[in-house]
Amino acid sequence: MPGLDALPFPLPTVQQVIFILIAGMTVTGALITALAPNLFHNALGLVLAFFGVAGVYVLLEAEFLAVSQVLIYVGAIATLITFAIMLTRGMMFGRTSSTNRLMLSTAIISALFFLVLTGLLVNVAWPEIGAELAGSEQMIADLGEMFVTTYLVPFELMALLLLAALAGAILLARD
Amino acid sequence: MDWINLLLLPVLRSVALIVVLLTGFAYLTWYERKLLARFQVRIGPNRAGPYGLLQPIADAVKAVFKEEIVPNMADKAVYMLAPALALIPALIIWAVIPVAKGVPAIADVNIGFLWILAIAGIESYGIILAGWSSNNNYSLLGALRSSAQMISYELPLGVFLVSILMLAGGFSLVSLVETPRAWWEWIWLWLMFPLFFICILAETNRSPFDLPETENELVAGFQTEYGGIKFALFFMAEYINMITTSAIMATLFFGGYRLPFGLLGDVIWLGPFVLAAKVIILLFLFIWVRASVGRPRYDQLMQFNWKFLLPVALGYMIITTLLTVFLK
Repeated sequence: MPGLDALPFPLPTVQQVIFILIAGMTVTGALITALAPNLFHNALGLVLAFFGVAGVYVLLEAEFLAVSQVLIYVGAIATLITFAIMLTRGMMFGRTSSTNRLMLSTAIISALFFLVLTGLLVNVAWPEIGAELAGSEQMIADLGEMFVTTYLVPFELMALLLLAALAGAILLARD
Repeated sequence: MDWINLLLLPVLRSVALIVVLLTGFAYLTWYERKLLARFQVRIGPNRAGPYGLLQPIADAVKAVFKEEIVPNMADKAVYMLAPALALIPALIIWAVIPVAKGVPAIADVNIGFLWILAIAGIESYGIILAGWSSNNNYSLLGALRSSAQMISYELPLGVFLVSILMLAGGFSLVSLVETPRAWWEWIWLWLMFPLFFICILAETNRSPFDLPETENELVAGFQTEYGGIKFALFFMAEYINMITTSAIMATLFFGGYRLPFGLLGDVIWLGPFVLAAKVIILLFLFIWVRASVGRPRYDQLMQFNWKFLLPVALGYMIITTLLTVFLK
């Protein structure tokens, strides 16, 4: 196509267009989560944001992470949240509110957290990999191997934490 | 070129796939009604066209032209979204299923197994949203039952999938079908198939696990407030889910698009037809079960899962680990 090179600005690549769409989706989801007046809509906004983050992972060629994100956050955690809302709130006829007394303190903590994250993002020298990544099949295998060699202790600690959470949930349910 | 390769071709493939699946859905309803009728010594639909073959078309036209009714107290946006959300997972799971030698439906991603698990995890959203947004107690109860059931049965299903994954040694479904298996692997896999099939029945809300939509106590559960084409979408989701899970089972347990003993292995165009034949046989199983087994009580359903299926699945996984380590 000869005419396209003459444009004053470079044509966006597919990746850029898709990234903008995904980013828009994530931000919309996050805004719904934070601002919508209905608690159930908040939960759905959260699901949208989770999906957006998974999309970003796919663009970064981290498919394993993306699918894990959907599997764990969308499939399990968000389902449990909607489940909890349905079981605990009088949600028929819209008697739900998404805010409570803790709004101010939460806002302050979130703002501080945001500051720390932005500071990190700007100041840390992130390593850049220019080379092609190895096949992701190999990456998953490497990931699994590192869990039981280099990062064995954190991995086992995490497992212990999850076990404690499980036991705690059962204990709470029995009361 | 980028645009064509990355967007246009996958879109065309997806459209073709969706057309095939929707036709499959339409004739699956005919297949089921005919079979159920034969199981009950009736004839089944036989008025529209020869052998009632035009019946699905008549049904579709009827659903499309029905009046659009939205309940006053419903949460409109979510109410409209729910049927679509129920249908989408059933369709996109197909992306990773191989349909012919080396040809996946959309993409050969090397996370095929995880993709199936992840999409199975989000399948319950359509039903949850439908039940909640209808603002109807029956719908809500149906949705609660359904999500509890799906979350519970996903556990043994996931553990079984992990066992198959360990035997296969890789995440890609395309290479899973291509890689030859040892004889003991086949036998070990087929031993598990009945249990896996039970999990699938529960995941797809099929009879005898259709408690979320029991007609006699919940008046069709989560879909009570839906009519016309929106009801048809739920119907479509359930039936396409049947087709999809059959294709998954055919791929995991019965060699997918391949004929037994590597017969005619070089004829690539034969693949989709072999897969379709296997899917039809597995669909027969679904309908056979529906015609013969009664519905359990809800507590029985849960007890069966947590006290039988899950421990068995875990035991199966442990033995599979040992087998993989010592025999492969």
